[in-house]
Amino acid sequence: MEEFLTTIVVPLFWLVLPMLGLMVGLLIMLAFLLLFDRKIWAAVALRRGPNVVGPYGLLQSFADFFKFVLKESIVPSGANKVIFLLAPLVSFTLAMGGWAVVPVANRWVVADINVGILYLFAISSLGVYGIIMGGWASNSKYPFLGSLRSAAQMVSYEVSIGFVIITVLLVAGSLNLSKIVDAQAGGFWNWNLFGILFPMGIVFFISALAETNRPPFDLPEAESELVAGYQVEYSSTPYLLFMIGEYLNIVLMCAMASILFLGGWHAPFEVAPFTWIPDIGWFVIKIWVMFFLFAMVKAIVPRYRYDQLMRIGWKMFLPFSLLWVVVTSGYLLALDKLH
Amino acid sequence: MLAAIAFYVFATVTVISALLVVSSRNPVHSVLFLILTFFNAAALFVLMGAEFLAMVLVVVYVGAVAVLFLFVVMMLDIDFAQLRQGFLTYLPIGGAIGFVLLLELISVGSAWVISPEAMHHASTPTPAGVTNTEALGRVLYTNYVHAFQLAGMILLVAMIGAIVLTLRQREGVRRQKVATQLGRTREQAVELRKVRPGEGI
Repeated sequence: MEEFLTTIVVPLFWLVLPMLGLMVGLLIMLAFLLLFDRKIWAAVALRRGPNVVGPYGLLQSFADFFKFVLKESIVPSGANKVIFLLAPLVSFTLAMGGWAVVPVANRWVVADINVGILYLFAISSLGVYGIIMGGWASNSKYPFLGSLRSAAQMVSYEVSIGFVIITVLLVAGSLNLSKIVDAQAGGFWNWNLFGILFPMGIVFFISALAETNRPPFDLPEAESELVAGYQVEYSSTPYLLFMIGEYLNIVLMCAMASILFLGGWHAPFEVAPFTWIPDIGWFVIKIWVMFFLFAMVKAIVPRYRYDQLMRIGWKMFLPFSLLWVVVTSGYLLALDKLH
Repeated sequence: MLAAIAFYVFATVTVISALLVVSSRNPVHSVLFLILTFFNAAALFVLMGAEFLAMVLVVVYVGAVAVLFLFVVMMLDIDFAQLRQGFLTYLPIGGAIGFVLLLELISVGSAWVISPEAMHHASTPTPAGVTNTEALGRVLYTNYVHAFQLAGMILLVAMIGAIVLTLRQREGVRRQKVATQLGRTREQAVELRKVRPGEGI
């Protein structure tokens, strides 16, 4: 009995505790990020946004949560019931799973694996399954068209994200996310964004918009053409899971951008007033700044046409990022910085 | 202990979902089970220390290849009655082929001997001092660099072949020229005119 406790229960407890902490923290942050998103959108459109529930509408997301959960979930009669309900779960679980390797502060990470960046890439490339499964299982035309669009879109932009990751790996010399962040220590001029990788930072930002189906690339759910795309038949909790999954993916992309290009948990200056904020504080601040950019793009830029989206992905980003992989390796080789 | 439990869970799910790939009646379910199989195989790779292979398996097969499978299979118009037609007529031939394959597998499997010396030369997924990815990279770009580049060339040829097969130039089709569209200036596109009331342009 005692052996059972020490070999299984205790390690399992220490395995589960950081996971739970991360999940709860993330979901609470997400509630406020959702509100932030809507407030920015409203401010750009000269509206007030949600301002009824709680002071300044701060509790709006929680009210929405209860509204979603307490409503009846409807499964269309022609739908493939199991896959229809599995799709939002897949979407949510994958979005959550990606966070396992994200270092939120120095050595504060649930799983500090050697191939962390590849794991993140793999998990974000799986995100498309929730959308495809949902669109197909709905047994309806608009969701199906939406899911076909998203499949092509997400596969296309993964390619350029892959090349961006390769250039960052070349500079950092490791696949471990903590080591990638540590390679950028010492002040903001050491961050990847302010160096040879600056153009790749821009490519990553735009690809991240496309990869998470955010406006201006939200073609899978373009309401003027497809009503709401793959989400048409979804209601109540399954819809909520889709929405949380989508936003978790966006925040994951923000976290990835801050790890790959903005120095992760490191302060912009390693001197007194900046070092008073703890590591995790800087990481969260960077995520919010990135999310602000995502929200501003959503509010300002009109939606792209599908052929324009494909043209950017395959004819501009792919050749450019291929070229930049060569340029970066040549630069590192010339300065003898290659690891 | 936890690793052993994880192994049995992943191995069981892999075998069961692989069986379901073959036996599901709906092709979309088959592809979804195939994805589950890939995923669990990747988890088994991780347990053995081959982390790079595991991640590449997920990125390439699950993230890209299986998406295209699903893409194609979803668009098929599935008729279950037609799928089950002729099941009994083909059963004897299929059964015979399966039986022969099984016999061959058993004969190969029972005669398989691994020499004890070979085990000494077998490389481990994580040699001392370097990570799995680094070890793989060192082997791939030194001893096997020609084989590696050859594989790349074959893939490139296949890609060019696929493009050439589907590319066709049709006469009389107006194509969008993005450079011309973007190169238009205000002077070329807009003409301002004063319109008097009741006259028109």
